[in-house]
Amino acid sequence: MITIYQARKIVTMNPARPLATHVAVRGGRILGAGLLDELTGWGKHKIDRTFADKVLMPGLVEGHSHVAEGVLWRFVYCGYFDRTDPGGTVWPGVKSIDEVVARLRVANAKLYDSRQPLTGWSLDPIYFDKRRMTRQDLDQISDARPIAIMHASLHIMNVNSRALELAGLLRKGINHPGIPLGDDGLPTGEIKGPDAMTPLGPHVGFDRALLAADEPGLRDFARLCVRKGVTTAADLANLLPQPAVEMMLRVTGEAQFPARIVSLRVAREISPAELVERVVELGKLSTDRLRLGMIKIVVDGSIQGFSARLRAPGYYNGAPNGLWYVAPEQLREIFDRALAAGVRVHSHTNGDEATELVLDTLTQALRKNPSPDHRFTLQHCQLANAAQFRRMKALGMCVNLFPNHHFYWGDQHYALTVGPERAERMNACATALANGVPLAIHSDAPVTPLGPLFTAWCAVNRQTASGRILGTEERISVADALRTITLGAAYTLGLDSEVGSIEVGKAADFAVLEDDPTEIGGDKLRDVRIWGTVQGGRIFAAETI
Amino acid sequence: MSGTIPVTLIGGYLGAGKTTLVNHLLRNADGRRLAVLVNEFGELPIDADLIVAREGNLISLSGGCICCSFGSDLLAALIELKDRRDTIDHLLIETSGVALPASIVQSLSLLPDLALDGVIVLADAETIEARARDRYMGDTVLAQLAHADIILLNKADLVSPERFSDVSRWLGATAPRASIVPAENADIPLEIIVGQHTPRQGDTRLTPRSGRQHIADYETLSFEIDAPRDPERLAAALAAMDCGLLRAKGFVRRFDGTFATLHVVGRRALIEPAPDWIEGPGRIVCIGLANQINRPAIEAAVEASSIVAAGSS
Repeated sequence: MITIYQARKIVTMNPARPLATHVAVRGGRILGAGLLDELTGWGKHKIDRTFADKVLMPGLVEGHSHVAEGVLWRFVYCGYFDRTDPGGTVWPGVKSIDEVVARLRVANAKLYDSRQPLTGWSLDPIYFDKRRMTRQDLDQISDARPIAIMHASLHIMNVNSRALELAGLLRKGINHPGIPLGDDGLPTGEIKGPDAMTPLGPHVGFDRALLAADEPGLRDFARLCVRKGVTTAADLANLLPQPAVEMMLRVTGEAQFPARIVSLRVAREISPAELVERVVELGKLSTDRLRLGMIKIVVDGSIQGFSARLRAPGYYNGAPNGLWYVAPEQLREIFDRALAAGVRVHSHTNGDEATELVLDTLTQALRKNPSPDHRFTLQHCQLANAAQFRRMKALGMCVNLFPNHHFYWGDQHYALTVGPERAERMNACATALANGVPLAIHSDAPVTPLGPLFTAWCAVNRQTASGRILGTEERISVADALRTITLGAAYTLGLDSEVGSIEVGKAADFAVLEDDPTEIGGDKLRDVRIWGTVQGGRIFAAETI
Repeated sequence: MSGTIPVTLIGGYLGAGKTTLVNHLLRNADGRRLAVLVNEFGELPIDADLIVAREGNLISLSGGCICCSFGSDLLAALIELKDRRDTIDHLLIETSGVALPASIVQSLSLLPDLALDGVIVLADAETIEARARDRYMGDTVLAQLAHADIILLNKADLVSPERFSDVSRWLGATAPRASIVPAENADIPLEIIVGQHTPRQGDTRLTPRSGRQHIADYETLSFEIDAPRDPERLAAALAAMDCGLLRAKGFVRRFDGTFATLHVVGRRALIEPAPDWIEGPGRIVCIGLANQINRPAIEAAVEASSIVAAGSS
């Protein structure tokens, strides 16, 4: 059966036919986009006017997120900015510690079991006028129940006295940089860094396996995708043990599962040889809605955590250089084996020294295994300079930059982490495009909210939370930004022949919009209202998802 | 013993010989129940003939030892081991080649039932200087060396004697806090890494073992100390550079009559309450390289600790 959808406007991202009024679909695939007359020749059809007053774009592609975003919504949202949950409820941002405590009090009253932990997430106290939250703040809610709030960065949490007690940390004499002490010699309740958080995790509901996603978490993540116009999303770092793979195959295969998930196996816990072998096997299990068979490597830490590896002159505040999470020899072995097996590798590099190591290592690996169209991708790659983008181009690399950082942490990068000049250069989207490096941009959800149109707004405006424009020269046009969140991201995932534009032969994946992103103005891109999606020819309205 | 498990970190860059050392220790555990946590990107580093059984990521080894691999989260693996505490005499952690011992030491401080015993860092005599100058890894390698109590300068057989003494000198200047021990195939007496056997109840002697051949000559000195001593002061004095010790262990009677156990690894000293069956004269056993151990300095340290420090009873 052929359905021809009529729309107010169809922005195709196909340069040969950039705009259309109708798109014909059969069996989840696009027969063509154009004028009605150009499509009726395919045969017997029905005209569907559901989208007659909507704007269609290719389904948006999120090139770097984590399905954990779907899990975290089981906890109480405590972020500074308004955020929409999978069910569509907009949680207003909380603007002070008192408001955080008040919101948790409400949640506390709904829990009956006094031992059950109360858990919040997405706290961002840098906006709270320099006052740090303490365990005493949270003790007001309950001193019997363990309470924790994960920060937006996912690298820090605040806990109450009971949680510290359960973890054996409510004692004097602790000497750890991640556990600041109060005047009484006891921990203040702020817990910094993954190591320090580990003893707390089991007592406050942050189970690592759970955060890697479970069935309801995966479904909730896909509901968020519908609300944000996303039809394909990369789940960028998953250990993908076999039971998890089977669960993901089952859930993504459900008739009403609304998104295509691309899940990368993170290089951890097995040797390079086993890793590449495993990923080749995983690739064979791929279905239309669950794509497997790529590798993610974490090379360094994060800039705001001062664990990214920076080249000279290092951190602006004088902090010592960050940490390597992989040795060059291991990186080289994984690259060699992956190139030989035809497996794509995405490398997390935040600092420019980590980026340089990947560029050097891939240069050598490509000499050994010349691989046209390898599409190895640098993820985050926030501090790369122009010379590094030139090398990416020369090596055939792609880059997936992180412009959301400008909005959420740009002011801190300017004042504290990397200083003015590098803060303005961070996530240099314009330089990437000028050098012809295939570009994607991402949210790293749940670190920042999923939403490619918001990410596009960040790349177009580079505006910080305080309103500063950070790097006017690196702003990109709306047209480039829209291409980047569709075809650009699809290219980095090797899916650009299947999705990313509305043209004959591709999947019938559409973002259904109330407003026209090409007309609304770059400064309002984040305000584009999203009706829902069409994924593989199936219609999903945000209102009823 | 008191409630804590002693922990030894085994660090050093890729290829320095960490895995060889771990296998060597397991092979010569001599009745000690060692638990080994390993992380080297998943390559199982235990010699197959030592393995008795595998269950998940826990491997049972001959002689009551166990081996566990950890991924990105050492602390989680340590917490999981908690239930097995009663079956572990000494915990060895083989770190990843890019890990910084200092940050692992900090993490260990979060688990009150573990006590850091020492940090052993291996260095490959052939490559260590080049590694320390590497544009990417140099600062990581230097930070590893800087936090070592003992540096095992390994693969001594692969370089000329002149080159070896050059590297030793360079290491001495680069990591002045560490004791440097030459080795081939990571061969070092077990006592230096995990300490002397704690006597079982009814046994009053701390017996130094010897007899195996290593490329370096080691010397063991034993002392009986009848009078009470200040163990903190004694341990600090024994850990000073001029005693030339790699390892000391002893039971010392305090001025209040109770016994303390004293551990020294290089410059690091640890005091804890002794098992309650310890009685008789206090005694310590000291091991060092034969050409470095300084008997007069050790005797002076023992003597000086008999003076009651101001403020203590």
